[in-house]
Amino acid sequence: MHTFEFIRPKNPAQAIAAAAKAKTAQQGADIRFLAGGTTLIDLMKLNVETPAQLIDINRLGLDKIEATPGGGLKIGATVRNSDLAHHPTVRRDYSVLSQAILSGASAQLRNMATTAGNLLQRTRCVYFRDTTMPCNKREAGTGCSAITGTNRTLAILGASEQCIATNPSDMCVALATLEATIHVQGRKGSRTVPFADFHLLPGNTPQRETMLEPGDLVTHVTLPPPVAGSRQVYLKLRDRVSYEFALASAAVVLSAAGGNVTRARIALGGVGTKPWRSPEAEAVLVGQAASDSTFRKAAEAALRDAKPQSENAFKVELAKRCLTHALRMATAA
Amino acid sequence: MPKRKSGEPRAVGAGTSTVSRRSFLVSAGTVGIVGAVDAADVTGQSRAADPPGTADRRGTVALMLRINGKEHRLRVDPRTTLLDCLRETVALTGTKKGCDHGQCGACTVHVNGRRVNSCLSLAVMHDGESITTIEGLGTPEALHPMQAAFVACDAYQCGYCTSGQIMSAVALLKEPCGSDDADVKELMSGNICRCGAYQNIVTAVQQVRRTA
Repeated sequence: MHTFEFIRPKNPAQAIAAAAKAKTAQQGADIRFLAGGTTLIDLMKLNVETPAQLIDINRLGLDKIEATPGGGLKIGATVRNSDLAHHPTVRRDYSVLSQAILSGASAQLRNMATTAGNLLQRTRCVYFRDTTMPCNKREAGTGCSAITGTNRTLAILGASEQCIATNPSDMCVALATLEATIHVQGRKGSRTVPFADFHLLPGNTPQRETMLEPGDLVTHVTLPPPVAGSRQVYLKLRDRVSYEFALASAAVVLSAAGGNVTRARIALGGVGTKPWRSPEAEAVLVGQAASDSTFRKAAEAALRDAKPQSENAFKVELAKRCLTHALRMATAA
Repeated sequence: MPKRKSGEPRAVGAGTSTVSRRSFLVSAGTVGIVGAVDAADVTGQSRAADPPGTADRRGTVALMLRINGKEHRLRVDPRTTLLDCLRETVALTGTKKGCDHGQCGACTVHVNGRRVNSCLSLAVMHDGESITTIEGLGTPEALHPMQAAFVACDAYQCGYCTSGQIMSAVALLKEPCGSDDADVKELMSGNICRCGAYQNIVTAVQQVRRTA
């Protein structure tokens, strides 16, 4: 691990001022915010991340979960994943989020990992984590080792010729269906970002993963009021039953009346280069009978643009069955 | 040999005829580290860390950890993980280093009562916080119920993962957890046992849960 200066600001303004001196807020940033550390310290040990300064944001009071005046929920940046998953309001009104978080990592890691840290969770692509190998995400312009290499777990949706790395987060898949809003404070004040706009597709700049600029501090995430009567499911398929990243996962928030789907929010995990909301599947579902044939059509629509790599063609069918089964669970009596 | 309280500095070279292999290795290792990287269990003033590339002897940071109920005023390189701080600086070697990347759980300790992977946390992040390690749970004469259950149920073979397993299991008792074996397995999945003692670990945890 490279040496760094450890900085503990007294308030968010100090944290932002310190971070604003960074050349980038993306891969290879010279200044990093430190929250739970479960991703960042891991990558610093591998020399994938080599910040010269670490700004500890754990004591800025960003660790609260509060009701919003509009009936939604405000989740602080440094709320631990375990506290979020077990919060009574989350369990009752946003259970897809609780299910998703509890399906990820281990109890120890969930006690450390934070809301904002999970938003910024990095890919598990083995080439990204190995500084001896070319990787466009880690070092722009060096090439993608995964396209011609080991790619069984990598993305089939949203990839480019530069990068096929999967976004590994479970929490983010749930937040996509809940249409969360991300609140950012930066040099020029505060702004809000719809969840769908927060993560970027790799395109020709896979080293840019989010819209964050130097000095931008995610302060909290808000959820809109819960949708009354909606059924919520997070289904995760993986190589072992626990403590493993998804090969495919599906988050479903579904409302039905008289046997017909009236509202659907669908997102997939483990298959996309970003948390993968599927408006295509949602469009197929709404107004149709909540039946296996409808669910299968929705899954076909969600994976229509899938482009598998040499080792992961199986993920196309796996993701379809995952979504179909999640929809079945969400409509079961 | 005389018993040493957890976290007390060890006398080096004293009574070599009664020094066990374990205590010798711990003592030698501690002195070596203190000499080499200036990480020490001392009271000192905070200094700003140095830019990359400068010598380790400067740039250490001061912090206080309350470990197993006792205050430790330490100076460490900011890169020092909580795990390395416990093992190398404070000489509490009951907490084990397995993968060092948060994948095996051998390094599990409690911070303010909650279980964490000490390998993925920097010591300086925990200034002023309370840490509990396996040394703080029980003593050979008065085992913690979970330690006793692990012995009674034969819940280990080589023992390397055991302190992490026990720290996880003790924390689990205070967490939301269903009553089935499957629930225990799910919440213990962050602790890998290469010997494969899982079934007996579940038995030990369930035994303590039933009597708790």
